[in-house]
Amino acid sequence: MKKNTGEIAIKIEGVKKRYKLGQIGGATLRGDLQSWWARVRGKEDPNTKIGQQQRLVGQSFMALNGIDLTVYKGEALGIIGGNGAGKSTLLKLLSRVTAPTEGTIDLYGRVTSMLEVGTGFNGEMTGRENVYLNGAILGMTKAEIDAKMEDIIEFSEVRDFIDTPVKRYSSGMYVKLAFSVAAHLDSEIMIMDEVLAVGDMAFQKKCLDKMRDAAKKEGRTVLYVSHNMNTIRKLCDRCIVMQKGKVVYDGNPENAISVYMNQGQSGSGVYYDFSEIKRRDIASLRLQMLDLMMVNRTENTVQKGDVLQLHIGCRSNSNDNNIGFRFEIYSDDGDMVGTMFSDKSIYLPTDGEQFKLDVKLPTSNFAPGRYMAVALAFEYNSEGQQVYVDRVSPAMFFNVVNEEEGAIVWETRYWGHVQFDDMVIEKLEG
Amino acid sequence: MEENKTANNLYHIHITSKRNLFSLNLKEVWKYRDLIWMFTKRSFTLTYKQTILGPAWILLNPFITSVIFSVVFGDIAGLGPAGIPQLLFYMCSNGVWNFFASCVNGNASTFTANAAVFGKVYFPRLTTPLSKVLSAIINFGIQFLMISCFLVYYLFRGAVCPNWWAWLLIPLVVIHLGLLGMGIGIIISSMTTKYRDLSILVGFGVQLWMYATPVVYPLSQIQGGWLKTVVLINPVTAPMEVFRYAVLGQGDVSLISLVLSVIITLACVIFGIMVFNKVEKTFMDTV
Repeated sequence: MKKNTGEIAIKIEGVKKRYKLGQIGGATLRGDLQSWWARVRGKEDPNTKIGQQQRLVGQSFMALNGIDLTVYKGEALGIIGGNGAGKSTLLKLLSRVTAPTEGTIDLYGRVTSMLEVGTGFNGEMTGRENVYLNGAILGMTKAEIDAKMEDIIEFSEVRDFIDTPVKRYSSGMYVKLAFSVAAHLDSEIMIMDEVLAVGDMAFQKKCLDKMRDAAKKEGRTVLYVSHNMNTIRKLCDRCIVMQKGKVVYDGNPENAISVYMNQGQSGSGVYYDFSEIKRRDIASLRLQMLDLMMVNRTENTVQKGDVLQLHIGCRSNSNDNNIGFRFEIYSDDGDMVGTMFSDKSIYLPTDGEQFKLDVKLPTSNFAPGRYMAVALAFEYNSEGQQVYVDRVSPAMFFNVVNEEEGAIVWETRYWGHVQFDDMVIEKLEG
Repeated sequence: MEENKTANNLYHIHITSKRNLFSLNLKEVWKYRDLIWMFTKRSFTLTYKQTILGPAWILLNPFITSVIFSVVFGDIAGLGPAGIPQLLFYMCSNGVWNFFASCVNGNASTFTANAAVFGKVYFPRLTTPLSKVLSAIINFGIQFLMISCFLVYYLFRGAVCPNWWAWLLIPLVVIHLGLLGMGIGIIISSMTTKYRDLSILVGFGVQLWMYATPVVYPLSQIQGGWLKTVVLINPVTAPMEVFRYAVLGQGDVSLISLVLSVIITLACVIFGIMVFNKVEKTFMDTV
């Protein structure tokens, strides 16, 4: 981890942000006068929504509920959390789009916020005109933009179209140009909300490198919100996890990601009950998976190479069917790793009968790490395609570790989630 | 390290929930002066993109209106002025009124029209009203050139005798009306963040206001009574008459009306800035 130089870039103290529920939006002067007149006469507010309790009117929602955070200069801070955790609200406060209800924020340095790429872009204007306008909106003077124009055009890869109205741009070109402007600002603090989800793979990598350089080489402070754990891993050296308007974890990105991945997931142990899991997109649950148990285990960690034995409880809802099974395996940042099929189909017994399946899952190809499995049961339709009859997501979580002596320390970031069987290598004589 | 520290202090920003109603932060607005200019340029480029006549519309529009006004109000209704060329009279009226009206209309939708940008990035919000006023001033300047050309023509024919010394007051008239229009505009725009009704009201409200202002008729046409009181209270009347006094050599400038107009303007600007400051920080939560 990076050492703190002790210089503070951002200091947030006791920040709260309250949003009013119900009363916002769609207000007309007439409506407000009506409500006001009703209140004056002590009558019931005619604008109260039917079925809504009186005390709910004006009730508030704390989008941020007491945030204390200090970010040091040169840090790349990742912010992760579920939808509605308050990430975007925090960024909005930091970029001064809206003000906090309580608390104070001190920013030491100029702030560039990229809550969106291409803010203020206008389709009728040419790329160059838009660069000037967008740059000025982001706080650059004309002279500064002039000085950076070449770099911006170069980075954006749209040189040939720079004097064409941006309404004729492809969406990729549009965001590339927009990102380039933001990336070339002379600011000490950069705030980004998932803007890297733009352009093609090559450009995404370029953006990420640019951001990393900003933090590591130029000593700028980067705040980055994302749902993509890989970019968090690549970019950030510190990460906070937000939940319900609070910071619940602050520290190393790897740990933060595990904290986030474990949020709200019940039964991360060895037994999983499927009765509460909602099934979607299934015409008929001809077979229903009821629960899953890891046999002879006290925790969901497996030594790489061992067999993970499972018992899956099922109920048949039809007769005369051959059902196959597969596990789709995901890594803990949501990337799909691969799929594992059952070696044979199971002939279903009679309707309504409950039974147990014994499953042996080999783990030799898993790189050490944390995984999630989605369980599917399928049959073949008349055209020979697989049609699933039950799908449980998530079915289970498990960790693969390699504690063998002399095992390689696996670098998932560079080598991926699959470790193939070793290749055989021999030095030829002569 | 020492250098960095001072650089950091230079850009220190402190954010709290408290807001100062009167803080204008003009220093910050000045830092963003290029943005004001770019907004202004944008409004011109966008208005005349993909038009054949382009910026010629800045002149054509008021010219055609003035011709129609002089036919309808001057010839048919007989409201026109005595002793000065009707066309020139209506060109002056239109120029001044359009300037004021575009300041009001342009600013009345500041928050709602720019919600998408305001919601994503911070810059001093005052830049948008200022750029609207600036583009209105440029428009007015161009029209003023046209008026001057016509004035030269009528001068040769000896049809008008302007009060040249009063031309020094014209910049003041422009600033006065610009401030008044901006003040009213931002009051309306601040209120439209909550009450959308006002944006509908403002369209025809400004039109009605025109008839309460000596635009299609000279002030001297009104003979006392409550109507005259209304027209004199109207803060646009005095600047309008000052302008006519300078350019056309005819205008009823009453001191009371002028003082009242200045007071109303100051009140609008101060109140406007207050509500603007109040709304600016959190309007994104309601718009």
